[in-house]
Amino acid sequence: MPSAITVKNLVKTYGDVTALDGVSFAVDEGEVLALLGPNGAGKTTAVEILEGYRQADSGEIDVLGFRPDAGGRVFRDRIGIVLQETGVEPVLTVREVIELYGLAYTRRRPADELISLVGLEEKADARIKTLSGGQRRRLDLALGLVGDPDLVFLDEPTTGFDPAARRKSWELVEGLTALGKTILLTTHYLDEAQHLADRIVVLNEGRIVAEGTPQSLGAAQAVTTVRFRIADPSGLPALGDGPHIEGSLVTYRVTQPTADLYVLTRWAVERGVDLTGLEVTRPSLEDIYLHIMDQTDSEGRQG
Amino acid sequence: MTGWRADLPLLWRQIRNQNRTFWRTPVAAFFTIALPVFFLVLFSVLFGSAEVAEGYRFSQFFAPAMAVFAAGSATFTSLSIGTALARDQGILKRVRGTPLPSWIYMGGRIGSAVWIAVVSVVVMFSVAWGLFGFVMIWDNVGVAVVLFVLGMATFSALGLSVCAVVKNADSVPAVANAVFLPMAFISGIFIPLDDAPGWLIVLGDIFPLKHFAQPFGHSFNPFHTGEVIGWENLAIMGAWLVVGLVIATRFFSWDPKGSR
Repeated sequence: MPSAITVKNLVKTYGDVTALDGVSFAVDEGEVLALLGPNGAGKTTAVEILEGYRQADSGEIDVLGFRPDAGGRVFRDRIGIVLQETGVEPVLTVREVIELYGLAYTRRRPADELISLVGLEEKADARIKTLSGGQRRRLDLALGLVGDPDLVFLDEPTTGFDPAARRKSWELVEGLTALGKTILLTTHYLDEAQHLADRIVVLNEGRIVAEGTPQSLGAAQAVTTVRFRIADPSGLPALGDGPHIEGSLVTYRVTQPTADLYVLTRWAVERGVDLTGLEVTRPSLEDIYLHIMDQTDSEGRQG
Repeated sequence: MTGWRADLPLLWRQIRNQNRTFWRTPVAAFFTIALPVFFLVLFSVLFGSAEVAEGYRFSQFFAPAMAVFAAGSATFTSLSIGTALARDQGILKRVRGTPLPSWIYMGGRIGSAVWIAVVSVVVMFSVAWGLFGFVMIWDNVGVAVVLFVLGMATFSALGLSVCAVVKNADSVPAVANAVFLPMAFISGIFIPLDDAPGWLIVLGDIFPLKHFAQPFGHSFNPFHTGEVIGWENLAIMGAWLVVGLVIATRFFSWDPKGSR
């Protein structure tokens, strides 16, 4: 499939601070890519370079066949940007701003269609200043889609939302992917990346520290936890990094769960003992994320 | 798209949108239009309706000055405050991410400011004519229009350069007023400079407002003899226009809180 975005060796510094240190990735057409990372990881800088707001110090950038900072009007006609820090005229109404911003695009979607897409029918003729925070974010999304873009940038789309509002906007984003839009999403929520993205790129301190599908990231970095209770833990086999014994509770962290469980259960069956409450947990992305962050941190300290 | 002509409807919609925003912001409408009219009424009442010169009353000389004051604040003060506020709210950043060309957005803001200036000049002359015996003198209206166009260009460019230099929206109203109000006084807008010391006259001559206000006043002064407008008026306003354009185009940032 052709790439909507290709980035090679992106570098951006602000004075002494290196915001991006040789970042490379690609986003296919129709794909949802999440840039995941803590605040200050370089996500926003990367996205703003791809949107054409900022210039990279070096690196190759291709977005829909354009160099974003030089793409101008034709380029911006094909992208939709939903940023956190962009405002709208507070004294205009929802319908007025959607119509106003739509004027500049060659392919524009009707205001009514967008208003119902983001569920703002009741507020269509209300002034922007009367909207709640969540309604404002939905308006932002409507404005990002007003030009029927091929590529949508979503910068932290649900930061500050309550769980119900998050679910609602996830549904909106899923609706976009059904339309075949390419989406580049930044987030520091793991469940959001896991839920929405086809592929995840984890950024930390301006470098890519992990990359893959939500599933493959899990498998690649996986540490499966095996936990059970046993009256007499003596003589347990050594597997992975275990056993860790706290009273009767035994924990193993293993990387080959199939083989290791076989060894463990055979050991138990041969001795006729029960592994009470045996539990095998696949790591959540959160575990992986923390694990990766830990590794980068300690490498940083050693270096 | 066939060049800039195809964009004129877009520009027109931007101007209309900025006007709509202006009229829905009562504080802006008050300071830009109501306050100068209030000054006209107040001063005209204070200084009486008696004739100050044969057949002409005080407003004959004061209304043109207030018209310039209102037009100047619609462009210089309102334009800079409105643009800085929009930048602070992230509106300029949003616009930058859309296919709307920057010049059309800025053209919309300037066009709307100029339209509001025209409205306030018309209101000013109408109130002066209706209530305070102002007599319209049509002989020099052409010159007045030329002055008005140059004045609007100059003060729009200077208003945007305030926005370019002062990155923080909270400071822009203070800076714009701290520049414009003293400039109005030293340009003889409120009080004639007949008895002013020489250094103050020279100081006023350096800034553009006097070169807008004085010839504009002459245009409607039945006793004025000689040329209404001097080359120095055009030259000094033109020079400030260039300065304003250079600063506004070189240093303007579309990002909230200054460019990073």
